[in-house]
Amino acid sequence: MKTMITILQNGRLIDPVSGIDVSGDLWLENGVIIPARESFPENSLVFDLQGKWIVPGLIDMHVHLRDPGEEYKETVASGTRAAAAGGFTAVACMPNTRPVNDNAAVTRFILEAARSASARVYPVGAISKGSHGEGLAEYGELKGAGAVAVTDDGLPVLDSQLMRRALEYAGSHDLLVISHSEEIALSRNGSMNEGVVSTRLGLRGIPVAAESIMVYRELALAELTGQRIHIAHVSTSAATDLIRRAKARGVQVTAETTPHYFTLTEEAVAEYDTNAKMNPPLRTEADRQAIREGLRDGTFDVIATDHAPHSVLEKELEFDQAANGIIGLETSLPLSLNLVREGVIDAMRLVELMSSAPARILRVQGGTLAVGSVADVTVIDPEREFIYTRDSILSKGKNSPFLDWKLRGKAVLTIMGGRITHNAME
Amino acid sequence: MGNVKEKYRFKHKHILGIEQFSAADIFYILDTATSFKEISSRNIKKVPTLRGKTIINFFFEPSTRTRLSFEIAAKRMSADTFNIAASTSSAQKGETLIDTACNLQAMNPDIIIIRHSSSGAPLLLSRYVNAAIINAGDGAHEHPSQALLDMMTVREHKGKIEGLKVAIVGDITHSRVAHSNIVGFTKLGAEVRVAGPATFMPPHIDTLGARLCKNVEDAVRDADVVMALRIQKERQDDPLIPSLREYSQFYGINRSLLRYASPDVLIMHPGPINRGVEMSPDVADGPGSVILEQVTNGVAVRMALLYLVMGTEGSKGE
Repeated sequence: MKTMITILQNGRLIDPVSGIDVSGDLWLENGVIIPARESFPENSLVFDLQGKWIVPGLIDMHVHLRDPGEEYKETVASGTRAAAAGGFTAVACMPNTRPVNDNAAVTRFILEAARSASARVYPVGAISKGSHGEGLAEYGELKGAGAVAVTDDGLPVLDSQLMRRALEYAGSHDLLVISHSEEIALSRNGSMNEGVVSTRLGLRGIPVAAESIMVYRELALAELTGQRIHIAHVSTSAATDLIRRAKARGVQVTAETTPHYFTLTEEAVAEYDTNAKMNPPLRTEADRQAIREGLRDGTFDVIATDHAPHSVLEKELEFDQAANGIIGLETSLPLSLNLVREGVIDAMRLVELMSSAPARILRVQGGTLAVGSVADVTVIDPEREFIYTRDSILSKGKNSPFLDWKLRGKAVLTIMGGRITHNAME
Repeated sequence: MGNVKEKYRFKHKHILGIEQFSAADIFYILDTATSFKEISSRNIKKVPTLRGKTIINFFFEPSTRTRLSFEIAAKRMSADTFNIAASTSSAQKGETLIDTACNLQAMNPDIIIIRHSSSGAPLLLSRYVNAAIINAGDGAHEHPSQALLDMMTVREHKGKIEGLKVAIVGDITHSRVAHSNIVGFTKLGAEVRVAGPATFMPPHIDTLGARLCKNVEDAVRDADVVMALRIQKERQDDPLIPSLREYSQFYGINRSLLRYASPDVLIMHPGPINRGVEMSPDVADGPGSVILEQVTNGVAVRMALLYLVMGTEGSKGE
């Protein structure tokens, strides 16, 4: 029996790895990208894209799938369905599950669930056992089981010596270290950015320095050890500047920011909206502009979502008692496309930030449309408008500050390993 | 009376903070409170205005005077009052604020008066119940009835608010009283100064309308009103001041400091006073102290608020 060939016809092919941005067709067979031929074979599945974008499958390197342990918030199945709908063919999932993914057994459990999932799942292990900040987790075993990086995300590593050893030891196992940069002594009991709005609302603030102090430490440790480090969810102008300068002097640092930091400010909290509560918190307009500049000038390598689903049990509460975090998988692409429309970045750079760079940093497949590459492909209709309603959300979490926003730009076809995981073609 | 001016109408269903009010709203509340004040000095201290109304005092934080003041106000208006003291950590018992609110709503109260340690809790409650919500203090956010009784007391003595110099001294960051007073006095045209160690000052305090003074003498200079805030014992997780002893030395309101103030300065305190810490006893009990009048006016202001949120215009029950 002949295998089916999928043909994406008349698209705008954008591939940062080979530097192409051309009109054309993309052919897929047996889960890989193949050269286009003269004529369509029988038994082929053809999509006429009429100029829609064909890009390497989007990769979100910062997602909380809550599985195992908090399946009422999200599962590998529900989270990857949301990912596929948002145009993602792969996600890296954070280890702050219950139990914490600090060992091979939990990593294997996640990968087992991922076998039938709608996106590739790259587990990220813990830096420290139980993410308690004391003693290294077993990176060799984690890596062997399939972990691609380590982090204690959700919590910082307070002990600088432990962080130093983590960088060194992770280097020996070719694992990336991802830093949740937060000086807890400054942020404790804070529930939003420290500034005009926290004063008006009478909420304990989290100062900018809580992030920048720890980012500076991470950069110093990366420099000391000669190891690479990835700074997660950067929210401030100050941290952006530190990273920019570290890169200029050759520190092996990569960094991500999220759509909420380049879209919203602390004003989103104004009515004590717990869907605008996350850690680090939304900052000021000056920070938002600085984040956009960092995306433009290359300080940021990656747009990730920090997708953090919670149920109403954690969110329909007094503001200071509500959980941190918002979902992001189904809004990341349209919000990021705003950067293209507003002239901050071009389409090629967008694909770099959302696909090629995370693939390169995590050292995983994908991120390119080159012949022979895995058939992870996203088709984007940059003009498709939709209202982001609660009922439309595939994630179990509905905790988004973008509810009922009119968004523009959508993944209309998501293909993972040649298999269609999401189809919203009209 | 027979005024051709368009009749003012109080349109607020809930009392969540001074921030929601215009100057006209505040004056209207103060006028209403002034007209009610006389009831409390009658032999029979009761009018039938809120007869048949159910009022729940829903206090998540310990409170003596505010709760009692609201309760007395409600009873003098003939409302039926009920007190619930809830643990702040109701979530730990498995019931959320919203669950509790919905249960209260099911009993159909007319007004819920809430005090809560979380800023914004009264607003959250107002989204889930039909009853009118009155904020009796939420976190470090607002304490509107306290600010209103303070404004009422100042107006009684000074005849006006506009143009007065008001100094507020103490832990501004953690004080909902300071927050509501800064906003309220500013809306009425007073000049509000704040002073205290920098550890007690929230960022961008000027955006609320207050002028930050480097030292307490600057704040008190020519002041018509000096208000001291209660200083909490040092917080274990946050070293704000080295000791109450040193605080009182540099920021305590005492006689010698008041030489900088206007000769007929009013001395105020939201209570309870740490005598000898934020205020010396001779100041608290001395000339110009209106601290007990504040308490008296508290009942009148709260009667006015209960009356106004019930929208029972024209039936003051003479």
